[in-house]
Amino acid sequence: MGLDIRWPIGLMFSIVGLLLAGYGLVTGGEIYKCSMGININLIWGCVLLVFGAIMLTLAKIGSAKTPEEKK
Amino acid sequence: MHNVALQWIDYAIIALYTAFVVGIGFALKRYMKTSSDYLTSGRSIPTWVTGLAFISANLGALELVGMAASGAKYGVVTAHFYWVGAIPAMVFLAVFMMPFYYGSKARSVPEYLKMRFDERVRALNSISFAVMTVFASGISMNALAKLLHQLLGWNYDLSLWICSGIVLLYVLKGGLTSAIYTEVLQFFMIVLGFAPVVYLALKDVGGWGAMTSALQTVAHNPAALALKPEGTTYAANAWTSAWQPLLGGPTQNPLGVDWFAMVFGLGFVLSFGYWCTNFLVVQRAMAARNMGAARRTPLVAAIPKMLFPALVILPGMLAVALAVIPGKGYRLPSPPVHEARMEAAIAAVNAAPASSEAVIQAVGMKMDAAKVSALVAENSTHKLDDAVLRTRIQDAVAENDYDGVILSLVKRYCPPGMLGLALTALLASFMSGMAGNVTAFNTVWTYDLYQAYIAPNKTDGHYMWMGRFITVVGILLSILAAYFASRWTNAMDIIQLVFGFVNAPLFATFLLGMFWARCTGTGAFIGLILGMGTSALFHAVTFTTGNLAGVKGGYLAMLHAFPSDMAQNFWLAATAFTVCLLATAGISLATRQAKTVDEMRGLVYSLTPKLKEEEQNFFLRPAVFGSLLIVACVILNVIFW
Repeated sequence: MGLDIRWPIGLMFSIVGLLLAGYGLVTGGEIYKCSMGININLIWGCVLLVFGAIMLTLAKIGSAKTPEEKK
Repeated sequence: MHNVALQWIDYAIIALYTAFVVGIGFALKRYMKTSSDYLTSGRSIPTWVTGLAFISANLGALELVGMAASGAKYGVVTAHFYWVGAIPAMVFLAVFMMPFYYGSKARSVPEYLKMRFDERVRALNSISFAVMTVFASGISMNALAKLLHQLLGWNYDLSLWICSGIVLLYVLKGGLTSAIYTEVLQFFMIVLGFAPVVYLALKDVGGWGAMTSALQTVAHNPAALALKPEGTTYAANAWTSAWQPLLGGPTQNPLGVDWFAMVFGLGFVLSFGYWCTNFLVVQRAMAARNMGAARRTPLVAAIPKMLFPALVILPGMLAVALAVIPGKGYRLPSPPVHEARMEAAIAAVNAAPASSEAVIQAVGMKMDAAKVSALVAENSTHKLDDAVLRTRIQDAVAENDYDGVILSLVKRYCPPGMLGLALTALLASFMSGMAGNVTAFNTVWTYDLYQAYIAPNKTDGHYMWMGRFITVVGILLSILAAYFASRWTNAMDIIQLVFGFVNAPLFATFLLGMFWARCTGTGAFIGLILGMGTSALFHAVTFTTGNLAGVKGGYLAMLHAFPSDMAQNFWLAATAFTVCLLATAGISLATRQAKTVDEMRGLVYSLTPKLKEEEQNFFLRPAVFGSLLIVACVILNVIFW
């Protein structure tokens, strides 16, 4: 089916990752008491960003391959 | 239960997710040209996608919530629902059964039954399946709306309609493909949304070792956390070993089952009955682009499935450990006291003279007597705030709301941002469950009921239209079922019970149909009905110790008492399966085979030429891949022995 699902997955997690990590950068202190002082937004935002980037890369590689496979 | 206030960042994450799932539906709309594109994805989807969708359709929120609850109640033993109750069946589906489902060109599981047997078997299976999917998605949506209401204070009706509306939007546009694609997105959302919560909980407890030793304390006296009745005690490893407590017999483990019921009842009958015959999951594999991909779908799915206990069961165990470690300030959530009862209880505390008995009676649940009398004494010396009283009364409830465990952890550990992500994961799991049910429902309705019995020989465009139309109807019926579930909880329990009866013997029919050419339509039909009758009868004459007779079984007689619901359930399935198997075989031998050998080619094992393993890569052959998975699964069992 025409759409490679890796594009939307990659895109969504990259944006969510950026958002979370950005939020983590500008916040601190009190709100992280519940996560035992760990700035989980910053850390996990970066993880999501990396995951999103990997998905996008795979999609890019995939889209380069597809036309050849079809022939 | 305390409401949680969401920040803009949380709303932003939820909104982003919603925009993407709906966007996927719209992006796929232009590819939907025929009814087969819409209802069966035109058999065009890559393996890893169908594999993850296969697992995600099953990973509804009830699974997430329920497995954490069982993790708290039973410990590592719960992992058997994965290692014993899923992996072997998934491998069997891939290696032995998928060739017939996919190779027969059937568009659904009921259609396969029609090809192999006759219309009667198909009608029985498709009608029960269609009704079941509607109720299943209704139950799940009811749970979601209730949860959003309790946690965030959102309006129940609004939550129900909006969430259903989102599912409708993307399923209506992109059909099965859309459901499968969003299920993949939801899979990653669920894993990545809950993993940090589990990590934080594990860190808070102090790591695996600290959890194990805390759980040993729990095993010694589970009554301290109201997990079991007063006086119960288990061996130290009851919560942390997967097999040893089972081998000791039903009284030696919190699940209350023995190893035979576990292996035969759950591992064979229930698990194969679900994974190998339930169209909800099998449909995902049937959408794969070729036979190899279809067979690898359950195998790809088995990899994350095997590891899921770390994500869904571990939180429950961690919660129990936290509750027993002093100084953590955590307790297992208690079921919320009903508003009217709460007011009566507050009045009872404020009454002069106040008595703890009156308070306990007003609440109507099991209470911690010491906490109640302390509260009453304190309030009589100086009057406490109503808000304080509420919290204290709720806290004194000595029952556990296990289904609330996962949320209590999310609330405890998530700062704004993370909270939005975890909630989105929860939303995603509800939506994937609903979309899975609706797409299975619309296919079975359109092909197995509408085309077969109501309006045969129409144009494909007509069935395409019907597919879309019935999607809307399916969602509306689900909403109706959700309201039904919210009003009549007991009726819903009975409906689920009846579906348990219907499903228990099903695998016997498939097993004989696929592997024994002599099995006839009449044999299958009557055998199936006898099997269902047996499970109903079995339930009527047995009961569970501690339950009132007539409530959960034992309406007719009380021939046997099981130590737990779970044990009763496993034995019920095992008995129904055996009766169905014997009856089907016996009646088949006594009746004439109406199908010719040619008609059964491709449907029965012995009449189908063996598939050539066309894969270049040795490790990707279903039999090899499947064996590797079984080995990995055995290793996991040994580690947690």
